[in-house]
Amino acid sequence: MTTRMLTISGLAKQFVLHLQASQRIDVFQNLDLTVDAGECVVLGGQSGSGKSTLMRAIYGNYKPTEGSIRIHHKGDPVELVGAEPHVILDVRRTTLGYVSQFLRVIPRVTTLDIVAEPLIALGTPEDEARERARILLARLNLPEALWSLPPATFSGGEQQRVNIARGFIRHYPVLLLDEPTASLDKANREVVIALINEAKARGSALVGIFHDQEVRDAVGTRTFDVTQYKEAA
Amino acid sequence: MTPLLSVDAVTFRYGKTLACDRIGFDLHPGEVLGIVGESGSGKTTLLNCLAGRLQPDSGTIRYTRANGEAVDIYRLGEAERRFLARTEWGFVHQTPRDGLRMGVTAGGNVGEPLMAVGNRHYENIRHEAASWLTKVEIDADRIDDRPTTFSGGMQQRLQIARNLVTGPRLVFMDEPTGGLDVSVQARLLDLVRGLVRDLNLSAILVTHDLAVARLLADRLMVMRRGRVVEHGLTDQVLDDPHDAYTQLLVSSVLQT
Repeated sequence: MTTRMLTISGLAKQFVLHLQASQRIDVFQNLDLTVDAGECVVLGGQSGSGKSTLMRAIYGNYKPTEGSIRIHHKGDPVELVGAEPHVILDVRRTTLGYVSQFLRVIPRVTTLDIVAEPLIALGTPEDEARERARILLARLNLPEALWSLPPATFSGGEQQRVNIARGFIRHYPVLLLDEPTASLDKANREVVIALINEAKARGSALVGIFHDQEVRDAVGTRTFDVTQYKEAA
Repeated sequence: MTPLLSVDAVTFRYGKTLACDRIGFDLHPGEVLGIVGESGSGKTTLLNCLAGRLQPDSGTIRYTRANGEAVDIYRLGEAERRFLARTEWGFVHQTPRDGLRMGVTAGGNVGEPLMAVGNRHYENIRHEAASWLTKVEIDADRIDDRPTTFSGGMQQRLQIARNLVTGPRLVFMDEPTGGLDVSVQARLLDLVRGLVRDLNLSAILVTHDLAVARLLADRLMVMRRGRVVEHGLTDQVLDDPHDAYTQLLVSSVLQT
């Protein structure tokens, strides 16, 4: 039997904009979704339907208004909605990864160290972590001359590959992917497709937003349409 | 997990003004808590209360010592509280002059806390001081120079070395990057980030700079008029602020 990695039930997210006369925006409600090990669930729905919001709610940087998100963490289900910050940080350190669309650049930190960091945080020796980072950056065709530079001045596609390397350097049991191939050329898109399929084969549970039909077809196990949970206006 | 610091209903008044209104939270080992808010919100007053430098009007602050004993820091005698602060805590001031002895050499500034906790071997102390200067990226050749000859960024890094040399478990920081220009600030932030990770420090950081908070803090407390208006995981508070004041604060940051 495959392990259920993520169980989302009755999830609702509403934003209240206090600076705009307390305007309320209902993104979704009563949303249910389960994701098993080895699956890649593609989030569907047009732009503005709440795909990224759902992703951020799972990662914990958006706070759901209602409902439950349970993740299989260190052998047990852990509730993320309303969890203490140190619980969420521990889940992120060991179980839950997130490749966002944009890289948050840290001043003065080199590309190699940004990519190696998640492994070092887990206790991998620094030399070994950097070696793994080199292998991954080479696979993603990032020119070696860039590895010792902070990525602040890189192009969008280069930053995105740094971000992808950081997300795939360790094998997260649950991995969220927000448009990981958006600014990549065909060759690098193929590399990312291969990385995703390897993660699935290892038993990771993935949830992704992919703009590209080709990528969706190559990695998706099924599609989950977020639009159906929009409030009937 | 036993909290390192357990704060309950801490209240402090300046006359009729409530600078801290029933503040409570737990700090766990290895956590970095950021306290943000505008000038006058009470964040520095709270930091001084927590660090044993300003006795609150009411409320308790319990600290779990290295030996596992939990103490109410304001029920300790003055001498005992000072001893605790010297041996287990650090305090980094916004202005390096407030945390350094300007008439003493750089090496003396770093070596002095070691002597205060009982080190007597001159060569060892000098060696340790030189090693800490290097860690905070000050050339070891400057060990016999006074901080008056240092730039603002160097003075701040020296203050950090002086605070960390004794291996504290908890460090309080009051706007540590406050008066520094942007490139110097980036260097200091990167340094503090690395030290916090490598030494498994717990820290409470007061700042008005949300970017600094995002980079260093695991969780954030937003203060306004002496009260905590929002409290949570740093990226959650900054990406999905719930309180009207936090929304104003986050939307007021200049984008580059």
